Amino acid sequence: MKRVVITGQGTINALGADVARTKEAMREGRCGIGALDIRDVDRLTVKIGGQIKDYDPEALFNRQQIALYDRFTQFTLISAREAITQSGLVFHGELAARTGVVLGTSGGGMQTLDENYRSVYEDGKNRVHPFVVPKLMNNAAASHVTMEFNLKGPSFTVATACASSNHAMGQAFNMIRAGMAEVMVTGGSESLLCFGGVKAWEGLRVMSRDACRPFSANRNGMVQGEGAAVFVFEEYDHARARGAEILAEVVGFAMTSDATDIVMPSKQGAARAIAGALKDARLAPEDVGYINAHGTGTAANDKVECAAVSDVFGHHADDLMISSTKSMHGHLIGGTGAVELLACIMALTDGIIAPTINYEEPDPECALDVVPNVAREAEVQAVLSNAFAFGGLNAVLALRKAG
Amino acid sequence: MTDVANKVREILAEQAVIDVADVADDASLEDLGIDSLGLVESIFAIEEAFDVQVPFNANEPDAGDFDISSVAAIIRAVEGLVAGRT
Repeated sequence: MKRVVITGQGTINALGADVARTKEAMREGRCGIGALDIRDVDRLTVKIGGQIKDYDPEALFNRQQIALYDRFTQFTLISAREAITQSGLVFHGELAARTGVVLGTSGGGMQTLDENYRSVYEDGKNRVHPFVVPKLMNNAAASHVTMEFNLKGPSFTVATACASSNHAMGQAFNMIRAGMAEVMVTGGSESLLCFGGVKAWEGLRVMSRDACRPFSANRNGMVQGEGAAVFVFEEYDHARARGAEILAEVVGFAMTSDATDIVMPSKQGAARAIAGALKDARLAPEDVGYINAHGTGTAANDKVECAAVSDVFGHHADDLMISSTKSMHGHLIGGTGAVELLACIMALTDGIIAPTINYEEPDPECALDVVPNVAREAEVQAVLSNAFAFGGLNAVLALRKAG
Repeated sequence: MTDVANKVREILAEQAVIDVADVADDASLEDLGIDSLGLVESIFAIEEAFDVQVPFNANEPDAGDFDISSVAAIIRAVEGLVAGRT
């Protein structure tokens, strides 16, 4: 099997409009969650989110592009540009044919859907813009990445709610491992912060109205975020041969299904995915120094996730660090695993563990080292990134330090 | 028996797929076989039926003034919300 390394990363999210600013915010434990600035926010009971502020699409895209790009596609392209620029790759000929795009999203072009439903239902219009369908479709972002960068290999979109990005990156990883592709552009994007998007989540009564406090005894729910992160996954020998800077190696991936409940998580399903990723990566539990938790800040997820980690790691669970960066950037649903992989890579390349902010009260059911409130310097050799989706679909990635 | 009480019992009975007559005042939601999803669906039905806003967050079911410990408690809580409706 081929080895797979990461040679580029890019992002835009509530913490920053690129990787450098996002990492700086994570190091400082800064919160990107604040008052939502969206139409009809006064009719929402949940009025906070990890929204990208001071966003100016006109500075980044021309008029024709904006007419075709939903906000989730824009976020994807901004992230892909940064990642591919960093990788130094230019795609033509055989390499273009052997490079694909697999991205995660849950809502796809939700903003486009929301605006146009409003237009036909509320405003009573009988005509919509001709690009509504190509703008809202879930694969729009992946397709536009292929077009902007001339990527002609296998490309598709994965939608598994909160695990979409991890599932997408797992596919990209295995496609390179199996020799199906030389390079894969992968990650995920989400933009659900519109009236309909937030209203739908409100209905489930799992959202916090004030803050995301993962693992804290006084946590009271999740907070939505928006944005994207995109990575360049590359076959190891290909990256070595061209002298590329290797950020980290992707060494394992596993996915499982709870087969129990459409919203309640299962310890067994999560534990099987974590153990599966370790096995696939040929890592011993003691090798893992950091886990980027799913850590949604709901009562159910956090205790189930901690129990699953304790089951898999045994005594070592008390020695490793586990943090939820959702406390800072919010839950990006289908894009969340991608933004969280930035924290995993930062742990390996910079030796800095992003904190779980808003941590106020210990919870005996979450009695692990959650790196409360302040980032920590630590040398780690291997890390995991957890994602456990509604619908009981779990996906865990394992990364190792380059070299 | 008030109209509010009857309506709340009807909502819970429909959710639990049992006869209204079998919705005992001292029964808990668990006794009725209503799980967490059934609870949020019942609360939605209550809000729609009485045009009220029920302060309930599934992450802290015991917080706030909306007592869900028994059928009688839920009826009292809904009566309170309906009385306070402006």
